[in-house]
Amino acid sequence: MSAHYILRKLVQAILTIVAIVALNFVLFRMMPGSPERATKNPHLTPEFIAAERAKWGLDKPLFPDQLVAFAISTAQGDLGYSIKYRGQPVVEVVADAAGPTVLLIGIGEAIAIVVGLWLGARSGWRRGGVMDRIGNSLSLIFYSMPYFVIGMPLIIIFAAGLGWFPTSGMTTPGGDKGPAEALFDLGRHLVLPVTAVALGLIGAYSILMRSSIVETRSEDYITTARAKGLPDALVLRSHAFPNALLPMVTLIAINLGYVVAGAITAEIVFNWPGLGLLTVQALDARDYPLLQAIFLLIAVSVVFANFAADIVYGYLDPRVRA
Amino acid sequence: MTGVREPGAVSATRGRRQVPLPRLADPAAPLLVVEDLAVRFSLPSGSVKAVDGVSFRLDDGEALGIAGESGCGKTTTALSLVRLLPANGRIRSGSVKLFGIDLVPKTEKQLARYRWREISIVFQGAMNALNPVRRVGDQIAEPIEVRLGRSRDASRKRAAELLDLVGIPGQRASAYPHELSGGMRQRAMIAMALACDPAIVIGDEPTTALDVMVQAQILQLLERLRRELGLSLILITHDLSVIAETCDRVMVMYAGKVAEEGPVTRVFTAPRHPYTQKLLSSFPNIHADRRTLDVIPGQPPDLRNPPPGCRFAARCPFVMDVCREVVPPEVTFGDGVRVACHLYPGRDAAGPPPRVVGATRTCDAASSTDPAP
Ligand SMILES: Nc1ncnc2c1ncn2[C@@H]1O[C@H](COP(=O)(O)OP(=O)(O)OP(=O)(O)O)[C@@H](O)[C@H]1O
Ligand code: SF4
Ligand SMILES: [Mg+2]
Repeated sequence: MSAHYILRKLVQAILTIVAIVALNFVLFRMMPGSPERATKNPHLTPEFIAAERAKWGLDKPLFPDQLVAFAISTAQGDLGYSIKYRGQPVVEVVADAAGPTVLLIGIGEAIAIVVGLWLGARSGWRRGGVMDRIGNSLSLIFYSMPYFVIGMPLIIIFAAGLGWFPTSGMTTPGGDKGPAEALFDLGRHLVLPVTAVALGLIGAYSILMRSSIVETRSEDYITTARAKGLPDALVLRSHAFPNALLPMVTLIAINLGYVVAGAITAEIVFNWPGLGLLTVQALDARDYPLLQAIFLLIAVSVVFANFAADIVYGYLDPRVRA
Repeated sequence: MTGVREPGAVSATRGRRQVPLPRLADPAAPLLVVEDLAVRFSLPSGSVKAVDGVSFRLDDGEALGIAGESGCGKTTTALSLVRLLPANGRIRSGSVKLFGIDLVPKTEKQLARYRWREISIVFQGAMNALNPVRRVGDQIAEPIEVRLGRSRDASRKRAAELLDLVGIPGQRASAYPHELSGGMRQRAMIAMALACDPAIVIGDEPTTALDVMVQAQILQLLERLRRELGLSLILITHDLSVIAETCDRVMVMYAGKVAEEGPVTRVFTAPRHPYTQKLLSSFPNIHADRRTLDVIPGQPPDLRNPPPGCRFAARCPFVMDVCREVVPPEVTFGDGVRVACHLYPGRDAAGPPPRVVGATRTCDAASSTDPAP
């Protein structure tokens, strides 16, 4: 892979982030309401309001003064203060919630990519076989279900019913735990939410991988590989799979954007203290600075995922490395 | 299981090829004898009788050309030799005997032994026939390593030698297919076909989609390899001049059947089957003196529902009543030409030769008793 290719993709990613920051600014200025109305205090004098507006720079025109000020503080990592969590900088609030989400989504994605791609490849390779028929119908079911629909029965059966796992949260409150014990506790809390997220994603990835393999299977180079007398498993592993993977890289990266949105429902069901839950709370409280920070984070992570996908794609496909 | 050649076969080699024959091989049997091969494709709209009663034979070191209009079953015939048919294709009947071993009843696993090590294929347009994400050298080395059980290093080294042999510098082994020109890719494909030193190489339109200069180079390469390695070749092409230059025998197919088969010198100079005559006269390259081009009017029949008699009847200028009802039997002439046409009712029949308007030569049934000139 050439340095030129990586550099080009990096520049694209940075330009996209700049555009997102600008959009973030415009979008939230267009929303109804204003800071002084948000205080809901009828006794404020116009003089006081004017003074406050001047103090926060709101008396300046939106463009360029406010935008420039916004861009500079964004670049410095200053995204303002949360309304709901009074006084706390939103960056801190968001950082606290990002950890649990990354944990939940990261593990769920990792499992789903491995299992989903394997399952899809297997069922597409033997289309119409037992594996295909069972796997494909299950995948369709999980693919079409939102996480909370997958999550509820899991809670009812494995948490409320059998009591194997806790019903919600990320840690068991209270008690002094050693590091090993704390880790085990976290693991127990992770099982059900990760399962719900992974099942949904496995459904999506295996269906996409299946159709990609089916398409790849009729390529001429697969006939060549078969003509070489290679064992069937080898034809799949070293000829069909690497080619079928290519469209998947992009699809997985695009999907990552929806995953964060999807995580909202999963986090509500399992009361998981992540970004999803935080988003709902911020919406409830009309905590615009907080929302703004969350949106920025989501947008930047999608851009980053796409950048990573471009690099992986370049690694997998010699034709785009130039 | 496919690692090394079976013990007990060590001594049996044949011809110039220093490769032991498969264990069950009969050293005295002809290289390849195909008898009465029938292949069908099942479609929702019916079953396509793509190959129907095709027989032919290929001897050591011989080159057989297969010609015929698009859709007449050339590729299907070739692919069914080592059963590489698409999923909806089945061999209905017939036998494919390689060194006397019938491949048709073999299981997929047993058959794998014969793929590439005995019969390899050069596909058309190697852009798609080579895996785009793997290095060319690795793709050539792969069957050497997997099928012959050589070490990775030895396989790579052999791959570089093979590339050299087909006129590509060995260090290009690390190139990806898209980094090679069309002609280079086809050369690489040929190198790959030679990887296991096979008994038979099939070329399915190996030069189509290449420009004329490159076509000529690839054909010269095939010629040279044939001479040097003593290859036996099956060459499928639309281009009759290619067959005329490269092949010993030619098989003309029409709608899934053999119309005429025999030595190139005989078939091209004195075509007997009306379809061969039409095909030759529609082709300007063979006889430079031809000015006008005959295009064969009409379409080949729908192979889901072929006509009961001769499949060429609807387009044949000599069609007779019997043609529409009775499938013409194959008749073999003294010069080694085999024809399936009611104009030649029996081996010794010596009727007047049919005159074809626009054909380059008229065919002479009387030559059935003459040896080839
Ligand atoms: N998978 C398939 N399903 C149904 N019919 C098929 C299939 N493959 C080939 N056929 C039909 O079988 C017949 C023979 O096809 P084949 O590809 O062997 O012809 P060909 O002589 O190689 O033609 P071409 O010169 O175009 O390569 C054609 O009528 C074709 O439509
Ligand atoms: S059998 Fe009859 S229809 Fe067929 S080619 Fe011969 S003369 Fe023509
Ligand atoms: Mg063909």
